Amino acid sequence: MKAIVNVFLKEGVLDPQGKAVHHALASLNFNDVKDVRIGKQIILELTANDKTRAEAEVKEMCETLLANTVIEDYSIEIA
Amino acid sequence: MKVAILRFPGTNCEFDTQYAFEKLGHTCELVWHEETALPEGIDLVVVPGGFSYGDYLRSGSIARFSPIMQAVKIYAEKGGKVLGICNGFQILTEAGLLPGALKRNENLHFISKHQTLCVVSNDNAFLNQCSKGEVLNIPIAHADGNYYIDEAGLKKLEENGQILLRYCDEKGNWLNVNGSVSYIAGICNETKNVFGLMPHPERALESILGSQDGIKMLKGFEA
Repeated sequence: MKAIVNVFLKEGVLDPQGKAVHHALASLNFNDVKDVRIGKQIILELTANDKTRAEAEVKEMCETLLANTVIEDYSIEIA
Repeated sequence: MKVAILRFPGTNCEFDTQYAFEKLGHTCELVWHEETALPEGIDLVVVPGGFSYGDYLRSGSIARFSPIMQAVKIYAEKGGKVLGICNGFQILTEAGLLPGALKRNENLHFISKHQTLCVVSNDNAFLNQCSKGEVLNIPIAHADGNYYIDEAGLKKLEENGQILLRYCDEKGNWLNVNGSVSYIAGICNETKNVFGLMPHPERALESILGSQDGIKMLKGFEA
């Protein structure tokens, strides 16, 4: 089983990397971009077979280590 | 005074920190991150600067789970004094010993230069040798120094006198250096025994190297 975790800065927390990339896109004449947010994707290979249990465990991993919930939000996708 | 200085894989300011406290006449003991206890009879724990665990995932995020940090948490909860410099500040926020978090600098650059700072609060065990509003010249060297805290948290910091230092120009006017909320360069916890700052006072001890303002900062712990 695989878990795909996406970690992004929270809405309202300024994302300096996203802003820089947005500027770079604009300077390349990609003018239809309203906003850019940059985050990271963490892919976990799990030994568990139970989807619900895996989800709960990955949530705990996010809260403990994978995301800093002061500034970041995360989403979990179990595949 | 006896000072414990922590070392993680990737720490690189431990010897500068040791030099600084020894110059002030104190004894230092370097403590490896795998230790489960702090040395006996210490007066201060310093979490020095560097790139613990290569800054992987987030600066300070992995160091905070090391065995020695569990001992530091207990030490701080009992009222022991802890100072985090640069990466040490990042570790202390990740460990929840200090509020807020440190993000990538607004301009995405690693900023390494002398920077003027304004003393905001001095009624604490750290900056008691400095006067309020005093402008200090201390080097900064960081990529992730952009301090973030939400509005409610900022209000609490202001009300409790937990903002220690703000970035400013030479005249003391607050200055945006790295995008930090409210120009914050250093803070302390509510009980004022845990301190964190991005600038490096241990690099400002000799005027020939640009400034000796770091001395009066570190001397505060002697009182």
